[in-house]
Amino acid sequence: MLGIAPGPSHDATMTWTTPFRRLAARVTGQALVLFARAITAVHADWRGVGPAPRQRVYFANHVSNADMPMIWSVLPHALRQRTRPVAAADYWLTSGLRRFAGADVFRAVLIDRRPEARTEDPMAAILAALDQGDSLILFPEGLRNQGPEPLKPFKAGLFNIARARPEVELVPTWIANLNAVMPKGEVIPLPLMCSVIFGDPVTLRQDEDRGTFLTRAAEALLALRPEDTA
Amino acid sequence: MSPLTRDIALLALAVALLLLGLTALGDRMRARRAVPDPTVEVFMARVDSWWAMAILFTLAMLAGRWAVILLFATASFAALREFYTYSSRSRADHLTLALAFYVLLPAQFLLVFFDLQRTFTVFIPVYVFLLLPFVTVLRGSTERFLARVSETQWGLMIAVFCLSHIPALMWLELPGAEGRGLLLIAFLVLVVQTGDLADFYLGRRLGRRRIVPGLSSKTWQGALWGMAAAGALGLALFWITPFGPLAAAAMAAGASATGQAGSLVLRAIKRDRGLRDWSHLIPGQGGFLDQLDSVIFAAPAFFHLTRLWWFTT
Repeated sequence: MLGIAPGPSHDATMTWTTPFRRLAARVTGQALVLFARAITAVHADWRGVGPAPRQRVYFANHVSNADMPMIWSVLPHALRQRTRPVAAADYWLTSGLRRFAGADVFRAVLIDRRPEARTEDPMAAILAALDQGDSLILFPEGLRNQGPEPLKPFKAGLFNIARARPEVELVPTWIANLNAVMPKGEVIPLPLMCSVIFGDPVTLRQDEDRGTFLTRAAEALLALRPEDTA
Repeated sequence: MSPLTRDIALLALAVALLLLGLTALGDRMRARRAVPDPTVEVFMARVDSWWAMAILFTLAMLAGRWAVILLFATASFAALREFYTYSSRSRADHLTLALAFYVLLPAQFLLVFFDLQRTFTVFIPVYVFLLLPFVTVLRGSTERFLARVSETQWGLMIAVFCLSHIPALMWLELPGAEGRGLLLIAFLVLVVQTGDLADFYLGRRLGRRRIVPGLSSKTWQGALWGMAAAGALGLALFWITPFGPLAAAAMAAGASATGQAGSLVLRAIKRDRGLRDWSHLIPGQGGFLDQLDSVIFAAPAFFHLTRLWWFTT
């Protein structure tokens, strides 16, 4: 079950890992999947696409730090091996434990959200990961959405990916109910049921400008939202 | 082999033969159709789930009381999760709900495990009912307060209090009949499920007058067939109960009646929330609440009727 090797290290921040560290990462990853399933009975709804081994960018709504592990957990094992989240270096590199989770367990593509502190262009890191053949999990809202509106305006990254790598499927991915599991400021997660809904892929139309495309992508994502979210 | 183990084995064998028969029946129905029929597929998924439940339950009975408690506590956790996922709540209910899941639910099942009958029959309906809204009100949010508090309480009543009366049956045994109470659980589950099945499959063909038109296709005739089937099975299984043959049949029919009423009530709640099933966790059945709805409602009545029967005979 844990037999598939994660492949050679692609990321600049993950230069060398000992076999022990890799084993610990795999065990932690499996434990996270089990934990997510036990607490939230998380259920994948492959509405627009099937769980096929195609190269994809799953772009999702972002309300909680558990969003990314949630999508990661519902992916079938083989897909999970080839899917990397795009995450903030300024969060995931701040402590040893976070570094272990971010770089080793999730094999995140770490980008820095602070333009002034950047040494590397975030788009370059994302495209490099895509060129390795991996799929990505992306939160185009950027920061977590803690306001009343269901989605914040998307950042340009999704558009840039669509333009630079048109062959990659952009799959809208709605994470339902997770906000109720652990609202901001709470420490104990509630075991409520969550689902992850995968919609129809969005493709960039000819001559479509950035604003129109991003609005359309956001609408495609919002259309997946269940109505009963109280 | 002790008489108890022997009876568990006999019962498991009978259920396994029955399930084998149903599996064979499903296979024959499948073979007779050129294209897969959704009704048959649902039936087969259900039969598979019954196999899993029967095996788990038998193993728990053989392992002892703690395993049975653990099994039903897990089911209760899943049922409560289904209920609260769709109940009225706000952020101010976070601590209340966390207490329900992590403190009150285990506490109720521990009370059942230690046979503190006087406590577990009043713990949730009296003490929790009065004290838990206080935890909610501390957060200061009064928006839809009554709805939130009531639904939280109803979730605990159905998914924890009523459900915990199923394993509580294990303590209803005559002196000198150690462990026979476990068989009473099997009795209740089997007769109620059989009643539901008879109502479902016979009621659809023979039923005329619907009980609640617009909510369910359940008919009065189907309900009576269900009670009759449950009563017949109760009669056949009287040897695992403390009752005589006729009393066993009457108790079984009564349990089926309360169970069918309960499943209608839960159906109304589902309809109100716009749900078809509570979850996807049990293949062919939906969620734990869909599977256990009638047994949950039948359990407290059955529990107290059995005790009453005790006192009067």
